[in-house]
Parts: sequence; C-alpha cells; structure tokens
Amino acid sequence: MEIQLKTNRRDFLKIAGTVSGGLFLGFQWGESSATPMVVLNPANVAAGNIDFNAYLSISPDNIISIFSPNPELGQNIKTSFPMIVAEELEADWSKVKVLQAPLDTKKFERQLTGGSGAIPHSWERLRKAGATAKYMLVEAAAKRWGVASSLLTASNGMVSHSDGRKLTYGELATEASAIAIPTDVKLKDKKDFKIIGQAIHNVDNQELFTGKPLFGLDFFREGMLFAMIQRPPAFGTKIKSVDLAAAKAMPGIVDVVQFKNNVAVVGKSTWQVSKARKVVKIEYELDTKIESTADHDKLFKDLLDSKESTVRRKDGDVEAAFKSAAKTLVREYQCPFLSHSPLEPMNFFAHVREDGVELVGPTQTPDMARNEVAKLLGITPDKITVDITRLGGGFGRRLKADYVVEAAELSSIIKAPVKVIWTREDDMMGGSYRPAVRYRFEAALDADNKLIGYKLRGVGINSGNATREDNFPSGAVDNLLIDSIEYKSAITTGAWRAPITNFLAFAEQSFIDEVAALAKQDPIQFRLALLDKAKKAPVGAIKYDIDRMRGVIEMAAEKSSWGKKKDVLQGFSVYFSHRSYVAQVAEVKMVSNKPVLQKIHAIADCGIVVNLTGANHQVRGGVVDGLGHALFGNLTFKDGAVEQKNFNSYRLIRMKEVPEIDIHFVSNGIDPTGLGEPALPPTGGAVANALFKATGKRLYNQPFNKQEALQGITIGEKI
Amino acid sequence: MAQYKLQINGRSYEADVEADTPLLWVLRDNFGLVGTKFGCGIAQCGACTVHVNGVATRACVTPVSSLGTKKITTIEGLSEKGDHPVQQAWAEVDVAQCGYCQAGQIMTAASLLAKNPKPSDKDIDTAMNGNICRCGTYHRIHEAVALASSKMK
Repeated sequence: MEIQLKTNRRDFLKIAGTVSGGLFLGFQWGESSATPMVVLNPANVAAGNIDFNAYLSISPDNIISIFSPNPELGQNIKTSFPMIVAEELEADWSKVKVLQAPLDTKKFERQLTGGSGAIPHSWERLRKAGATAKYMLVEAAAKRWGVASSLLTASNGMVSHSDGRKLTYGELATEASAIAIPTDVKLKDKKDFKIIGQAIHNVDNQELFTGKPLFGLDFFREGMLFAMIQRPPAFGTKIKSVDLAAAKAMPGIVDVVQFKNNVAVVGKSTWQVSKARKVVKIEYELDTKIESTADHDKLFKDLLDSKESTVRRKDGDVEAAFKSAAKTLVREYQCPFLSHSPLEPMNFFAHVREDGVELVGPTQTPDMARNEVAKLLGITPDKITVDITRLGGGFGRRLKADYVVEAAELSSIIKAPVKVIWTREDDMMGGSYRPAVRYRFEAALDADNKLIGYKLRGVGINSGNATREDNFPSGAVDNLLIDSIEYKSAITTGAWRAPITNFLAFAEQSFIDEVAALAKQDPIQFRLALLDKAKKAPVGAIKYDIDRMRGVIEMAAEKSSWGKKKDVLQGFSVYFSHRSYVAQVAEVKMVSNKPVLQKIHAIADCGIVVNLTGANHQVRGGVVDGLGHALFGNLTFKDGAVEQKNFNSYRLIRMKEVPEIDIHFVSNGIDPTGLGEPALPPTGGAVANALFKATGKRLYNQPFNKQEALQGITIGEKI
Repeated sequence: MAQYKLQINGRSYEADVEADTPLLWVLRDNFGLVGTKFGCGIAQCGACTVHVNGVATRACVTPVSSLGTKKITTIEGLSEKGDHPVQQAWAEVDVAQCGYCQAGQIMTAASLLAKNPKPSDKDIDTAMNGNICRCGTYHRIHEAVALASSKMK
C-alpha cells in the first residue's frame, strides 16, 4: 500500500538542497501547511557567522547565536543557559537566537539532563564564554578606534566610546575573532546582572503554541519506517515461540522481526504497525521469577527484621541509647512503584548505515546512549551522531538508553531508517520504575525529651541504597544507625525525579513530626533545635549546609504565619536534596467536616535564580508532582505484569486537584545549586503532617487515596 | 483501504488509509500535521485535542471514517499567524514546561472560550480537567485561560 498517495516525499531532497544555513529534515507536502522539523547543524547554521566559542557565534548582521547543549525537557535549560552567556556578553536579548546543539563531547562537558546539575556544573563556563567574547569585542573596538579599551563599555549588544561612538557586536565580530583569546576574564559583579534573575520567556514558545515539530515523536525522515516492539508483558518471562505470519500479512507491514526478547513490527504508518502488532502470536515462558505486589509486601516485612544489611552510617552507640531511653517511637512507611509517564511516550529514530549511524530523538543522556549503541554495534562512538530533540518530559525515564539501543538494533537488522514508537501501555509496562521501598524509623528520647538515638532502615526492590545517610538529622543526633537492604528483582527500576528522596523525605519528615509531638515540641522548633545541636556539637560528617536549611525553615514559618492562622491546620516539611533546600507548609481547612488542602507555601534556596519563570515552574511543578504522586501514584504487579496500563487506571493529578502554591526564593547570592528536583521531596510530608493535624489520622503509606485512614475522605480536590 | 477527503484548517487533504485509522495518526503520519500529540491513545490525557465542527474532540479515538465533510481545526490552523487570543495568552503567561501537552490544552481552552467567553474559575477547572500536564503547569494554564478570556471581549 502507498499511504502517501497524495503527497510527495521526494520533494524533501530538493528542499534540503535549497535551504541554506540549516539542514531541514522532514515533510514537505505539496498541499499541506506542515512545517518540516529543523534539526540544526551548528556548522551550517553558523556559516558566515563568527564563532567565538562552543556556545556562541555572532553574525555580521548582528544576530547572536547561542548554542544550548543540554537536553531540554521542561526544566527551561534552553532558555536559562543562553541567558547566562548573554548576561556576561552584555547582549541584547532580543537579538539572541537559541539553538539546540547536537551531542558534541569535544565542545561540551556533561551534556545531560539529570541530578539537577546542569546549571551548577556549567554556571562558571557559561559566564566565561560570554565574558570572553565581550572582552574580544571591546578590544576589537579599541583597536579600530585607536583608543584604550578602558574608555569603552559594552552594553546591549554594542560597544560604546565615552565620546558617543558606538559599534554593534555584529560590526565588530570579524575583527574581534582575530583578538587573542584571553586566558582569564573578569566576570560581572552579580549585583549588575540584568538578564539573570529575570522572567525571560521560554525561547520555544511560538513553536510550542502553534504546533511546530520540536519533539522526537515529530521527527520524520524521507523513507523512514515506523515500528512498534512487543516486549515481554511480564517481568521475569522470555519468548518461548513466535508465529509472525499473520502480522506479516497485515496491510502496510514491511517486516516483522524477532531480536532478543522483542518482536518488532515494521511498517509504513504508526496505526498499521500498532494493528499488526496485535496479531503477532508469542508464547512466553518463565525466565527468572515472576513477582506480585503482595509478595513484595511480605518481603519488606521480612527484610526489615533481617540480621543482614549494609550499614550506611553509624554514630555513637545506638543500642545503648535506646536502652537508656525514657521514650521510644517506631514507625514504618511504604511506597509503591511509580511510572515516570512523561507525556511524550518513548521513541527514537535510528539509521544504521555502513558508513555511520544517525540517532535522533528525546534523550536525557545523549552521550551514554551513543556509547551504548557503539557497544552494541561494535563500532567507535565517533561514527555515531546524536541530534537531541525537545523532550516531552523525562522525570528520569530518559536517563536510560534502552529505547535508543533498541531502535539502533532494529535499524541494523532491517537495514533501514526507522522510528520506534512506544504506546502509553508500552511505556507503563516496559519498566524502569521508581522502586518500591519500605522504611523503619526508630527514635529514642531521654527524660528531657532530647533526641538521643535515631535509627533508619530502608529496604527496597532494585533500589540501591534506599537511604541518604548523610542527610538531616544525621549530624544532629549522638547515636545513630542507618542501614539498607536491596532486594534484586526482574522488575526494572531507575532514577525517578529526586531518586529515593522523593519518598524518603515524606517518611522522614512525617516521622520527625511524630517525634516532635512525643517530645511535646512545636515541629519547627524541634527541627531548629536539632540544627542548633548539629551546628554547636556536630556528630560525624555533615554534608548539608546548616545555615541554608535554617534559612528556608525560618522563611517558611514567616511566610506561612506558622501557627498563627485561625481555622487553618498547617503541616511542615523541609528537605535538602541535590545541593538545594526547600521548606514547605501545607494548609488544610476543614470544610463540612472534610479536610481540604488549600495552599502550599514553598520556600526554596537554590542560590541565585537564573530565570524567574523557570524557577517558579520548577518549584510549582515539583510541588504538583510530589503532591500528585503522594495522593494517587500507584503501580502494582500481578504475576510479573503491571496492573495499571494507561491513564484510566494509573491516576495522575489534574487541574481540579492542585491547591494554591505560594513560592519564595531565598536571596543569598550563592552560585546556583540546582532546582529541577529539590522542590518535590518535601511535599508529601508537609501534606501528611497537615492532614494529621486536621483529622488526627497519620498516613504511613502512599498513595494517600488508598489508605484506610482516609477512606471516604476527598483530598486534593478544590471546593 | 479507502480514500478519505478531509477538511482541515480550511484546506482539503486526502489520504488512502484504513477506515479505523484514528484522525490523530492521519494528521501526523499522512499530513505531517504533528502539532496534535499522541499521549495515551484512549482519550484520557487530551494531548490530541482538535476541533471537529468547533467542538473539542480527542483525535486519538476519532476514526477517519467518522469525519465526512466535518470541519477539522488543529493547532496549526487555530489562527493564521499563531496569534489566537489563547495562543497569545499562553505566550504571555509563559505557560509551558516541556510543552508537549500544551497544543491540546490550547485547543481545549479555545473551544471552552468559544462557547463560554467568560468562564468562572470553576468552569475553567471543569473544562481543563480532561487535559493532563505531567509537568504540573496547571496554575499557569488556568491563568492563561482567564487572560485569554479577557482578551476576547
């Protein structure tokens, strides 16, 4: 069948040949208004431009092109990175054009999105990139005018002489490129920042809001085939036998191939391959072991009592402390697996040719993906190009390269360019989940209600170390023991936004609230007293900044008028993760005898805020993400298979369920410390602590909506 | 396989596809109109929202054979220059994080405002509740709908 009967894909080559300054790939329909996706090759884009460094090139007609190397998945990096370069360059932001750079390990370092680390890592080098170019432009102007550069200033994309003469950067670019690159440049005084700290709009807004192709799933290539892959429906099983005949006979199907535990259906359109995949006959057999959620629940209880564990931190003599305690408290907390569920399902384009490999798509880790593909194909990474499209969300799922490697493997087998597309069901069933974890916390108080002993054990499924042993309250308790046990399972897990801390923070901050109550102290005062102790008489190594943590706690108390609101039940939580600090106060009101979550105050210390819109987005989004998954997130297994396969059974938070969120940033001039994740961990605890105050009922497990304590109670929804 | 002639964004498009092919995939694979997004395939997330005779419709569960001569509008055709009040409001409020759901959000909002130009907060919540934003931009979506409403007077 010819699906493009009324269209003409052959126009593509003509278009590509006539457009200068960029490689335009994709559709060019005779009758369509579709715009082809633009995959920019910096070398082409910058043709005629003057390159100053990996990040920056300036055209003679004064367009400043700034390349953003890291994958954009909504953390706003494609806007924030160039802002930092433009700040030091003293560029006119309206003349700045931002371009996504492809993977280039020679030009860029740490070209990945994860760990809330891009800005902290690149802050200095981005500033230097801008400052170096500014220096060269000023020197070029000084040379042209025959004056001392000290008489010149750079501002708003121009170099000005004190006598009023001006030259644009574009006019100076060629001469500036001949100036010797300085080894050391002076960076701006932070108080003079004009662009950094502003609410600069997302550079892709116009494309996003008019439906232009930006995402991996939007990528099309002349002659490209579409594929879907049937993976084992249950973890721990493998293919026993296949019958591909029926699928091969379906319309539009080009090939059906088996590789490893996969059967790939390759064809001419997404719908045709999805239909044909349904008639592939596959029989599976047991490979390792199949597990159900009920097995895990029992397993967790056994592991919490196990004598074997990995000790993560040990301070003082915890057994003696518990023996001498006046009061003790033991509590357990459990969370289920979660799916990342970025709204753009997994997909990747691969074209494995004799002379090289082309990869295009959404990945958080282009370098790792390339290395894994190189390993699979037995070639060197330099034979592989990776173009990074905009990512329709990531949340950690696209840190893994499984779906990239799979696409490359399929292309190498069928010897054709192919885009592998995952359906939502594939995504939800296909693995790499937030691990299910259970914690046991124990606290010992002396007769003066002082915390003298603290124990935490974390057990989890493919969770690695389920604890963060050096986080608060470590350092503030004389006798402390933190250990963990990991259970190995066939169910695949991976980093999920704020790995481990996304649930650990809820458990810890809920527990500390209970310990504070046992000690008859205000929850905030109790935490501040612990920080005092850590400051004055630290126990062991302290890896969090006590003053920054104190700063967000105090600001949260102030902004929320902690304890001073009538008829409002407040819950507090604070957490340090990925170098940054966030405190939250959740506010619940009883309406017709039901708790209604009305507001969450979020106070963040992420150092200098680069983009105010982006920072607000990360905090608000982190709170909504933390709240949504605490309320509803639940992925369970039956005989190795996921039970929730799409959004009709896997519930995500929606507009009606989000409370008002009040956001403040601590202003301390510290270099940026990252914000993609830190706002998420504290939310569950703040909400659970507020709900306890409102209802007298404690939530120990997530999701909240499945807990008996809240049966019949609607939480979340606005009234 | 059959020939379908569709009226999309004021133009005529033709595709030779199977009758059960969802409009979503005809738009994306056959016509290159990729602004309409695939999110769930079962009308749960709203990423594929288009207008069919002005009504917000999930393209992922709308078979091509059900459309006849109905007028289809996609995000690409919502306005000629990308300046529909809803699109303007989305840019002014700077709504997007990853942005993948936003075309569907905009189409739902435009359909709401066409029927109800002055929606209450509750009307906005109700109309937009069918569209998932995994990044959690709901507050800004709400704000942008209200702003667009004020622009449309």
